[in-house]
Amino acid sequence: MVIAIGFEGSANKLGIGIVKDGEILSNCRRTYITPPGEGFLPRETAEHHQQNIHEVLQEALDQSGITPQEIDVVCYTKGPGMGAPLTVCAIVARTCALLWNKPILGVNHCIGHIEMGRLITKANNPTVLYVSGGNTQIIAYSRQRYRIFGETLDIAVGNCLDRFARVLKLSNAPSPGYNIEQMAKKGKKYLHLPYCVKGMDVSLSGILSYMEDRIDELLKDYTPEDLCYSLQETVFAMLVEITERAMAHCASDEVLIVGGVGCNERLQEMMGVMCSERGANIFATDERFCIDNGVMIAHAGALAHAAGTRMPLEHATVTQRYRTDDVLVTWRDD
Amino acid sequence: MSAELKILKQGAEAKLYICNYLGKPTLIKERFKKNYRHPDLDTSITKERIKNEARSIVRCKTAGVKTPALYLVDFERRRIYMEHFEHSITVKDFIINLKSTTNQGDMNTLDVYADLIGGTVRKMHENNIIHGDLTTSNMLLIEKDPSNIAENTKWLNHSNIELVIIDFGLSFIDTSVEDKGVDLYVLERALISTHNDYPNLFSRIFEAYKSYSKKNIKEIISKYEDVRARGRKRTMVG
Ligand SMILES: Nc1ncnc2c1ncn2[C@@H]1O[C@H](COP(=O)(O)OP(=O)(O)O)[C@@H](O)[C@H]1O
Ligand SMILES: [Mg+2]
Repeated sequence: MVIAIGFEGSANKLGIGIVKDGEILSNCRRTYITPPGEGFLPRETAEHHQQNIHEVLQEALDQSGITPQEIDVVCYTKGPGMGAPLTVCAIVARTCALLWNKPILGVNHCIGHIEMGRLITKANNPTVLYVSGGNTQIIAYSRQRYRIFGETLDIAVGNCLDRFARVLKLSNAPSPGYNIEQMAKKGKKYLHLPYCVKGMDVSLSGILSYMEDRIDELLKDYTPEDLCYSLQETVFAMLVEITERAMAHCASDEVLIVGGVGCNERLQEMMGVMCSERGANIFATDERFCIDNGVMIAHAGALAHAAGTRMPLEHATVTQRYRTDDVLVTWRDD
Repeated sequence: MSAELKILKQGAEAKLYICNYLGKPTLIKERFKKNYRHPDLDTSITKERIKNEARSIVRCKTAGVKTPALYLVDFERRRIYMEHFEHSITVKDFIINLKSTTNQGDMNTLDVYADLIGGTVRKMHENNIIHGDLTTSNMLLIEKDPSNIAENTKWLNHSNIELVIIDFGLSFIDTSVEDKGVDLYVLERALISTHNDYPNLFSRIFEAYKSYSKKNIKEIISKYEDVRARGRKRTMVG
């Protein structure tokens, strides 16, 4: 039996969660929300995490009903992400590990999303679409690694949506992507936008700059709702297409969607239609687990810990660039 | 006629049926309507893909790159009719099957095919054909002279094997070096993920690509390296 605590703070969410053999004991989170038109910057985000981390930690411990002595391993996000916010969580995690005299384990953020998705949905060996503010990847497991079959050649899909939300000056609360999704529901008129797929990869910067460059003109003929709708329809179609291509290539009949953009219901719906047209199954989770959280870090760390992965304290650092396929998946042998 | 069509498989974006067209074994590639995307988008993508595929097949013929022969294009029914290689194996399946038979001779065969792939991709690029989806699922091996050799050894007999490039839906004609660089990067990534047990496969292919012809090669290599570096530099926040 493994009880693990996880600290996540690679971007603007600060999350701490506790898990006991796949059973979620607590999952607490605070989000740093910037004013409309502005994105989050490393220094301010780190300050936000610093100011909230003690309270969130107390909350996570209280809700879980366990004491620090019962914890087997302290897990934190090693990367990828923004350096300063990552460091805040790493420092607090190291402190807890020393204070409670527990082993520490740095976890790859992307692996956290994948393992949490597998836990919640019970998908066995899915093709994974990982879509968030900083990531757009198509991943499949083979020989002890999560291999990246496709990814964005430039910006991530979440980044594309967030930046468009800023162009329209939409609110960043609860998240810009959520507000785009709500606006898109009211959109009616479809605008043809650049569609750019390269094999199992996509390019998204072209579509964003296309809209940025002519936003005033576009707003004469289309409502902001129409533009959100058209943007979503186009970029999601690209994502579903490359997912399907990877499934055909890997002979896979399961898709798991993870990451913050993964809770978009339109994306889930489109993916579901694609799956039904090829006799495949779709798995997705809701915002509690799609959006960055601490429990996913705890769970992925617990799996690695149970499989014997250890990390000496002096290696418990952070790294802004940490690829999904860098991690040796010690806990799977299929 | 549609009642007699036999479905062969569902690919990445199309359903493939087999039939007999004017006495020849024929494969029908039908880009069926994708209900997940907006109908306008679906129509425009499908039209464009069919056009690209037909155009590039024809252009490959002039360039001396082996592809299935094109028989008929039916935009109305979203279909392309082409030569069906009934006795063929995808390069992907060939490499996966290699695992069970690993010996030095077989590895040499893989090198021969890697060289063939490198040279063939270069030939396409020299003719400004950008494939757009270079993976080992989109390369077939066929026999030059049909033999009766057993399935598990037939594909190792490399002197009798030809490489066929298929699936030109994402292809386009472009003279720029950027697109060639992206095409190579897409191939590299597909090889790393799919054939991770052969980590040197891409470099062997790339060497063959480079030595096939010297024209513009420095520019292409440097573009390829740019595209690759862009991928490595991304921090991936969130
Ligand atoms: N001309 C052909 N002869 C034999 N097999 C083929 C031929 N064309 C395609 N195939 C098989 O069908 C699969 C899918 O075809 P492809 O043209 O790649 O469609 P998709 O765009 O759907 O991937 C290929 O990977 C290959 O196995
Ligand atoms: Mg194909």
